[in-house]
Amino acid sequence: MQTKRTTFSSKWLPYALLAPQVIITLIFFIWPSYQALVQSVYRQGDAFGIRPPTFVWFHNFQALFADDLYLNSLRTTFIFSVGTTVLSMGIALLFAVMVNRMIRSRDSYTTFLVWPYAIAPAIAGVLWWFIFNPTLGILPYMLDMVGYDWNHRRNGNDAMIMVIIASAWRQISYNFLFFLAGLQSIPQSLIEAAAIDGASRMKRFWTIVFPLLSPITFFLMVVNIVYAMFDTFGVIHATTEGGPSQATTILVYKVYRDGFVNLNFGSSAAQSVILMAIVIILTVIQFRYIERRVNY
Amino acid sequence: MASINMDKLGKVYAGDVRAVTDVNIDIADGEMIVLVGPSGCGKSTLLRMVAGLETITEGTLKIGDRVVNQLEPAERDIAMVFQNYALYPHMTVFNNLAYGLKNRGFKKADIDQRVRQAADMLEIGQFLDRKPRQLSGGQRQRVAMGRALVREPAAFLFDEPLSNLDAKLRVQMRVEIRQLQKRLATTSLYVTHDQLEALTMADRLVVLNAGRIEQLGTPMEVYSRPATTFVAGFIGSPAMNMLPAEYMRGLVSADSLAHLPSKADLIGIRPEDLSLEPAKENEMSLSGRLMLLEPAGAESHLHLAFEGIRETMVVRLPHVPEVTEGSTLTFSIKREKLHPFDLATGQRVT
Ligand SMILES: Nc1ncnc2c1ncn2[C@@H]1O[C@H](COP(=O)(O)OP(=O)(O)O)[C@@H](O)[C@H]1O
Ligand SMILES: [Mg+2]
Repeated sequence: MQTKRTTFSSKWLPYALLAPQVIITLIFFIWPSYQALVQSVYRQGDAFGIRPPTFVWFHNFQALFADDLYLNSLRTTFIFSVGTTVLSMGIALLFAVMVNRMIRSRDSYTTFLVWPYAIAPAIAGVLWWFIFNPTLGILPYMLDMVGYDWNHRRNGNDAMIMVIIASAWRQISYNFLFFLAGLQSIPQSLIEAAAIDGASRMKRFWTIVFPLLSPITFFLMVVNIVYAMFDTFGVIHATTEGGPSQATTILVYKVYRDGFVNLNFGSSAAQSVILMAIVIILTVIQFRYIERRVNY
Repeated sequence: MASINMDKLGKVYAGDVRAVTDVNIDIADGEMIVLVGPSGCGKSTLLRMVAGLETITEGTLKIGDRVVNQLEPAERDIAMVFQNYALYPHMTVFNNLAYGLKNRGFKKADIDQRVRQAADMLEIGQFLDRKPRQLSGGQRQRVAMGRALVREPAAFLFDEPLSNLDAKLRVQMRVEIRQLQKRLATTSLYVTHDQLEALTMADRLVVLNAGRIEQLGTPMEVYSRPATTFVAGFIGSPAMNMLPAEYMRGLVSADSLAHLPSKADLIGIRPEDLSLEPAKENEMSLSGRLMLLEPAGAESHLHLAFEGIRETMVVRLPHVPEVTEGSTLTFSIKREKLHPFDLATGQRVT
């Protein structure tokens, strides 16, 4: 609890100090959210102002859930988020366990493993674009040797795998740091007690270490799902642009396409509102859980 | 049940840090050996070498008649009680006790029976469904004990198991651990930095200093004939008084110290060996100025100073005498109660 009270000499100073944050929130968050909420219950007017926008209640939402493309995008988003989360958390945990076992070289490995996080998404996108490029990429070349014909431009599954890998890659650093901190907070004596109790290395991990990491695992799960759903626009835009035939069009990308490419603002706004609701639900789950996490 | 033999055990940590040197201890079947010494003297290292948690870099360790140097902790048939208890926080008390049995493939009914029996013995039966964090310090300590004894291992290893408890509970658990150990007659190695714990619990105790054994013997042997000045100062509270023999010779009548070897240039005197009675035959007397009288209920500590030397002396009397601070008091002590040491080597002479 905050117990310290600071007294300001001027009555206006605290407001002035708060103002930038409040203004930024208003301009970039509250106002667009309000706009989206309003637009989601209107049918837009035409570009020439002949037909004015009309209030249509929840028609935009009803239309969405009757639209196969939207339902498909929901499923795509689900597969993509789960895939990205499981992949990035799995690899991060593996790295964290391995690095945690080192004593002297731990810090240098940690530094290397954090680097990807500092690379700009656009550069990372280009990197993966090269690696996966069907004509000159190294990965399709190697896959070709084992008889697999990689082409994410034609094959929807290939495209999905590619965007999952490219999105998960960046997130590994972040997850790794949390897992490593979690592992280091587990007293060594617990592991030793389990070793004396006859548990093999694997068994120690799954019965002692992993359960004790569960608060961190849960926290990261929410963070990663949010990341996969909302923060991967750049990756998809740079690699597949949602294709082929919408195989990688996740909800966020669909909002962009329907709104800015197809200029269907009502539907796009309704989709944003749904996304907003998802974020709110995830946040609530997270906060409720974190309050109780000491219970293991 | 098994004996433990340590033959020239030594430990050098990575980076050339030497923690244990040339330790030879034979623990008989069912015996309780206490390792005692100041913090950092290598007690935990030695214990963990026996447990298999640290590699043995020198010497041979046998448990029963197996050489176990290369065996994993689980294969050594030992159980360990940790200073912080190391209970699995996400498991109930029952599962904490059952974990080692499950890993070893015991049958469910057998596990159930053993856990309940151990829980009854330690009076933690009503906590079996709780998590460790819902228990008090003393209860956690019992669970840690329970986890050690359900498996009926060949040996118990204890690493300062009582140091996280408050003073009263510490005494209580000390008694309980010792009673339990005697009842089960399980070979035990117990580490502590508390000399009183060592004296009261040990069949034999080992005083360690800087990774080496200073003395090994029964509590009475170690107490009444400390082998070095280190042991003399470490075992017993208040600590043994040390006075230069030269000064003592000037202080007491000439023949009083004649029985001591000439090499003895440091004389140790236990605080409780002095009395206010006049010296009788075979006793000598010693006078000093009373600086401070500390009454402590049933006993009292008198702090004395002497003319011409900086050393002071503490006397422990089994009563609170009627004396005034600042006065000069004369004490008597039996001659055979003097502990002669060689100042240069720190060894006892004779
Ligand atoms: N893992 C380690 N690496 C290097 N030195 C260690 C390690 N563990 C303990 N030591 C050193 O070994 C000595 C003995 O430590 P320890 O056995 O823990 O002492 P005690 O238990 O008697 O307090 C200490 O000087 C300590 O610094
Ligand atoms: Mg220790």
